[in-house]
Amino acid sequence: MSRKTKKSKLTETGNFDPSRRSFLGTMATAAGVTLAPGVVLYGITRSSSAKARALDAAASSEVRWGMLIDLGRCDDGCNDCVSACAKENGLRGFDRPETDAQWIRKVDISDPKTGSSKSLPVMCQHCEEPPCVDVCPTGASFKRADGIVLVDKHTCIGCRYCMIACPYKARSFVHEVLEDQKPHAPRGKGTVESCTLCVHRVDADQQPACVEACSDTGGGAMLFGDLNDPDSEISQRVAKYASQQIRADLGLNPGIRYRNL
Amino acid sequence: MKPITYSEIKGNSSQFYALVALLAAFILSALACAYYMEHNGHVVTGMTNQIVWGMPHVFAIFLIVAASGALNVASIGTVFGKAIYKPLGRLSGLLAVALLLGGLVVLVLDLGRPDRLIVAMTHYNFKSIFAWNIFLYVGFMVIVAAYLWVQMERRMNRFTKTAGMVAFLWRLILTTGTGSIFGFLVAREAYDSAIMAPLFVAMSFSFGLAVYILVLLATYHGTGRDIGDVVIGKLGRLLGVFVAAVLYFTAVQHLANLYASEHIAVERFILMDGGIYTLLFWLGQVIIGGLLPLILVFRKTADSAGLKRAVTLASLLVIIGGFAQVYVIVIGGQAFPLSLFPGMEVSSSFHDGTISGYAPSLPEFGLGLGGVAFAGLIVLFGIKLLRFLPVSLAGSAIDPHHQLTAKGQ
Repeated sequence: MSRKTKKSKLTETGNFDPSRRSFLGTMATAAGVTLAPGVVLYGITRSSSAKARALDAAASSEVRWGMLIDLGRCDDGCNDCVSACAKENGLRGFDRPETDAQWIRKVDISDPKTGSSKSLPVMCQHCEEPPCVDVCPTGASFKRADGIVLVDKHTCIGCRYCMIACPYKARSFVHEVLEDQKPHAPRGKGTVESCTLCVHRVDADQQPACVEACSDTGGGAMLFGDLNDPDSEISQRVAKYASQQIRADLGLNPGIRYRNL
Repeated sequence: MKPITYSEIKGNSSQFYALVALLAAFILSALACAYYMEHNGHVVTGMTNQIVWGMPHVFAIFLIVAASGALNVASIGTVFGKAIYKPLGRLSGLLAVALLLGGLVVLVLDLGRPDRLIVAMTHYNFKSIFAWNIFLYVGFMVIVAAYLWVQMERRMNRFTKTAGMVAFLWRLILTTGTGSIFGFLVAREAYDSAIMAPLFVAMSFSFGLAVYILVLLATYHGTGRDIGDVVIGKLGRLLGVFVAAVLYFTAVQHLANLYASEHIAVERFILMDGGIYTLLFWLGQVIIGGLLPLILVFRKTADSAGLKRAVTLASLLVIIGGFAQVYVIVIGGQAFPLSLFPGMEVSSSFHDGTISGYAPSLPEFGLGLGGVAFAGLIVLFGIKLLRFLPVSLAGSAIDPHHQLTAKGQ
C-alpha cells in the first residue's frame, strides 16, 4: 500500500475516501456498515501483533484525530455528551459514585479571585505523549497511529499505574462484574478503561457519540476531526482562533483542545 | 578468632509448630481475601477510582523496600569488609528474598487480573518503570540466591566479595526503581520528584535493618543461642544512622516542596490539615518512627538486658513509623486531588478537586498480613532446613577485637 493510498481524509461532509483503506471498506461493505465490523476490526487490530501491523497500517499516523470544544457554546447544565457516551458504550452506574466508571464528565471550574466560572466536558485527552502509555508495564495502554489512546483489554493486568499517572483523571477501573456490555465497547472487571474516542464509530467513518449528541441536542460545542489535515474544519478553526489544552505545561500535547477556557 | 559455625535450628518444639500454624493461618486467610476481592471485584475493598492503590500496596511497598534493606547487613560484611557483620550475612540474604517474595505476592494478588501474571511476564513495555521493576525483582532474587550460595558453599567462598558487590549495587538500583515508581509521576504533586529514589533507598536501609534486628533477636531468643551486646549495640547504632537518614531526606523533600508556591497546597495537606495523613506523618513517621528510635538507640543503657530492650523497641517503632510513612506517601499522595486547572476551584461528579476518603477494608488488611506471614514462613523454613544462623553471636565468637578489648579493660 502506497503512502498515498494510506492517507486518510475526513471530508467536511463526513464522507470517507474509499481509496484510503480498501480493506476496511471491503469489510465495512460486507457487513453493511453496522456496528459489528467495528468490533471485528478492533479485535483483530489488537490481538495478533504479526498480522496486526498490516491492519494497524489502516490507522495511519498521517491522521491525528482530535477534538475542539468551544466552551462558549457549552451550557452549564447540559450533560448530553455524558449521557450519550454512557449510552453508546454501555456505561451503567451502580449508584456508587466512588467506583462507578466515568469516561467523560462535566467539570465545573471557577476562579476564586474573579468569580468567573465555566463548565466543561473532560475525558481522555488522547495525548501525543500519553503518560498512561509510558507507565503501563505490559503495553496494554497504547496509542494508535492516528492518536487515539486505548486500553487493550486482553493484556491489561489491572495494576492501575496508568490511573495514577494520568494527569486528567480520565481513567476508571472496573470495580465489579458487568453485564449486558455493548459488543463494540468490551469492558472487563479488573481492567482499566477510558474514553476510546468512540474508535468503533471513527473507524466506521462516524463521529464520536458525545460530539454527535452535542451537535444534535446540545450547544454544538464539540468539533471532531483530523488535526493533521490542514483542510479539515478543526484544523482551520484551531489555526484561526486561540485554543487551549488542559495542563499544557506538562508538554503532553493532548488531542482535545478547548476554546474560551 | 575461631571460624564461625553455622547450624540449622532444631525446629521441633511445640512453639515452632505453633508459629508455623499461625503463619499458615494468616496465609490461608490472605488467599481467601484475595479470592473474595478477585471474585467480587475491587468494589468490596476501600479502593476507588480516586484511591486506586490501597492497603495491599502499603504492605507490598513496605515489604519490597524492607527486602532490599535487609540485605545491607550482608553487604556491610562482604563489600565493606566489616568482620563482625560477616556471620550475620546469611540470614540477611534469606530475609531479603523472603520479604521480597512476601511483597510481590501481595502486589500480584491485588491486581485487577492476577490470573494474567503470565501476561506481565511475557509482555513488556520497556519505557515503564513498572516493567523494569519486574526485571529488578527477579534479578534480585537470582543474585541474592547466588550470593547465599557462594557464602554457604565453602569451595565458592572466594566469590563472596564479587557476589556481594553485585548484590549491593543491584539492591541500590532496585530501590531506586521502587522510589521512581512515584518519582516519575509528573502529574501527582505529592510525588514527581527525583528525591523519591534516594528517600526510598534510605527508607529501605532503615526498615530492612529494623526487620532484620527483630528477626535475629527473635530467632536467637527462641532457640536459646547466644547473642552478645557487641552485635546488638552495633546494629542498634547503625539503625539510628539509617533512621536519621530517612528524617533528613524527608525534611529535604518537604522543604523543597514548601519553597515552590505551586506545591504549598499539597504540603499544607500532608503537614497541617490532612487529618489522618497529618497525624500519621507527625506522630507515626516523625515521632514514633524517627525521634523515639533515635533516642532509644543512642542513649546509654545500664545493662545488656536494657540494651536489648532498647534496640528491640526501636526496631518495632521504626517498623510502625515505616508503615505510617508508606501510608502517607501512597494513600495521602492519591487523596490529594489532581490539579487539572491550577488556581481554580474545581468540582464534578467524578470527585475532581476534592480530598478523597479511604477506609481500608478487612480483606485488604488480610491480604497484606498474609504477605508478611509468607515472608515469615520462608524464613522459618529456611533456618530449619539450611545453615543460615551462627551457633553463637556472643562477642567472643564473632568479634575480632574481643580479646583485645577484654585485655585492655
